[in-house]
Parts: sequence; structure tokens; C-alpha cells
Amino acid sequence: MGEYAVTVTVSPKAELRDPEGKAIGDALHALGWPAVTTVHVGRTINFGIAADSLAEAQSQVKEMCETLLVNPAIEDYTISVRDAPESALAESAQIGTSS
Amino acid sequence: MIASLANPSLKASGSEGPGPSFVVAVPIFPGSNCEHDTQYALVQVGAETVFVHHSDKALPAETAAIYIPGGFAHGDYLRAGAIARFSPITAAIGRAGADGMPVLGVCNGFQILCEMGLLPGALAPNTQGRFLCRDVHVKVENIATPFSRAMVLNQVLRIPINHRQGRYFADDATLRHLADNGQILFRYCDAAGMVDESDLVHNPNGSIMAIAGVTNENGNVVGMMPHPERAIESRLGSADGRPVLESLVGGSSPGAERE
Repeated sequence: MGEYAVTVTVSPKAELRDPEGKAIGDALHALGWPAVTTVHVGRTINFGIAADSLAEAQSQVKEMCETLLVNPAIEDYTISVRDAPESALAESAQIGTSS
Repeated sequence: MIASLANPSLKASGSEGPGPSFVVAVPIFPGSNCEHDTQYALVQVGAETVFVHHSDKALPAETAAIYIPGGFAHGDYLRAGAIARFSPITAAIGRAGADGMPVLGVCNGFQILCEMGLLPGALAPNTQGRFLCRDVHVKVENIATPFSRAMVLNQVLRIPINHRQGRYFADDATLRHLADNGQILFRYCDAAGMVDESDLVHNPNGSIMAIAGVTNENGNVVGMMPHPERAIESRLGSADGRPVLESLVGGSSPGAERE
């Protein structure tokens, strides 16, 4: 059983007008970065997961995206799954359970 | 005062005299905030309402229809409706809707129905990127549903909206299917009934094809962003939402209050 760190990045579909991204793009142009082209604002969801293998962790995260984390009608997503040092996961578990 | 808050009236009745009552279940999620307006409005048109809790696994046996009220279920965290979709009561709503029971989702209720997959498409953040709260006009494009049968085709209703995430979106194939199958129920328009998708004054949130409400394939499940329950008395601004509720309860609207 290995420990993995997961980052899911969810962003609005490219064909869907992104008002927040456009406002940020306009501000960057106004502040002297005219070379900036497409700005999209999404969200990142970070968590740790225990799994038998990297592939197993990736497959579970994909299922989570399709079930809950992403609405495919309006959003795209990318998944990053990395080996995580055990100490980092233990620390995040502790934060998760303290109240 | 505290007692009345702790023990809200779960049932309300507007039916007069004998005859079978028409019971509408109003599910309440953590963050729902239109349930009492909804109850009041439904009672005005003669229905009986019963509040059901999001953790309930079943609807009351006497339920004849479901009205999912607006609000911010589960704080709209992740996406509006994304968490509510997995509430126990939502599974019961899904089964009832699939079995043909009339189901109306208004605003957050519409978002929940889309997240459930009971209705096609999704509601994205408004094109302007901000919350909108004002009256809009919508045009009725299908009068064969339980929520529009008391109207005439192309009737224009003035009803308020109140949302940040109401821009209807679906891919081209879905939109074609909706149009071919009569599933586009309401479209935003001007007071004269003209629809212009690019006109953000009258298509307030930038919805694709100016869609304000859709039905499922069978026409018994309807979602709409405008709030008909907030437009049932002309002295409070508009009674144009009344035909939506009267369609559900009575089928026709003799003596309906008009502006």
C-alpha cells in the first residue's frame, strides 16, 4: 500500500465564456502584459490517498472526478498523482481529524 | 417564538371543501431558502404541501408532485447542486421523476436536477460574473407539460430571477435534441416576446439559446431559473408565476389573477 498526493485541476470548458478569466486577462493587459492570451480560472482540489499502486490511485481519482468533482457538461479536468512522503500525509490526516 | 422555529409547520393546506387534495412535497436541503415562499404560493393555488428533509429516504406516500425550492443547498460548495445530488431524498426524487411524477426544480432546484442527470445540460456562472436579482421576461414554448398546460403558447411571463450560476449550457447535439423534442420550455425574451441570445439585458445571464427552463424527454420533470413562487400576486409586483403553479395543481386557471 503506497501513499499518494493528488491534485485535481478543474476549469471551465474552453468554449464556455469565462467572465473571471476575461477580467483577469484584461487586468494583466492593462498592467503591461499584452502578450497574455487566454486566461481561465478554475479550482484545484488537493488530497492524499492510500492505494496499492500509482495506477490504482489514478483510476480511483478518475472515478471521483466523473462521480462528483467535475461536471463534464461545463468543465474539463486534469489529474496529477504523485508519490507522497508518509509524513506529509500523516500531517494532513491529523489536520483533518482535529476539531 | 423559539418553539415555533424549532417546530415549523410541516404541512399546509389550501384545499377548500371536500375532494382529493393535491400534495406537493417540498424537499429542504441545508441552505434551501425558498421553501416557505414555495409553500405559501402552492397553498394559494389550492395545493397541500409537505416539507421533506434531505436525509429522508422516501417521499410521503400521498405525494403527487415535487417542488425543489431555491437556495444554496450545501453552500453551493464545489458546484451548485453537486453535493445535494447525493442526499438520500434526491434518490427518491430521481425515482419519482423517472416514474413520471411531476417534478419542478426552481433556481437551485434546477441546478440540482441537472447535477442529478434528470435534466440535460448544466448551469454555469452568469456571463457577467455576478449575482443577478431582478424581474425578467420569459416566453412559454411548450404548453404540454404539467407546469405550462394552463398557459397559451408564446405567452410572456414576468418573473424574478435571483442567482449567480444560471447560465444554461449544453453541447450542440443536446441542444438540437432539446429543440426537436420540445424540451425547451422557457426562453428569456423582452416584454414583447422577442428572443435574442446576444442581448444581455433580456437574456440576463448569457444562457445558450436564451434558455430559461427545460424539461426531460417525457415532459414531467422541469427546471427553470426564474422563481414563479415569487410572482403570484400583482400587489407584490407580478402574478405571472401563478399559471406555472396552477398548471400543476388544476390544469387550467379559471379566474386566475392577472395584472
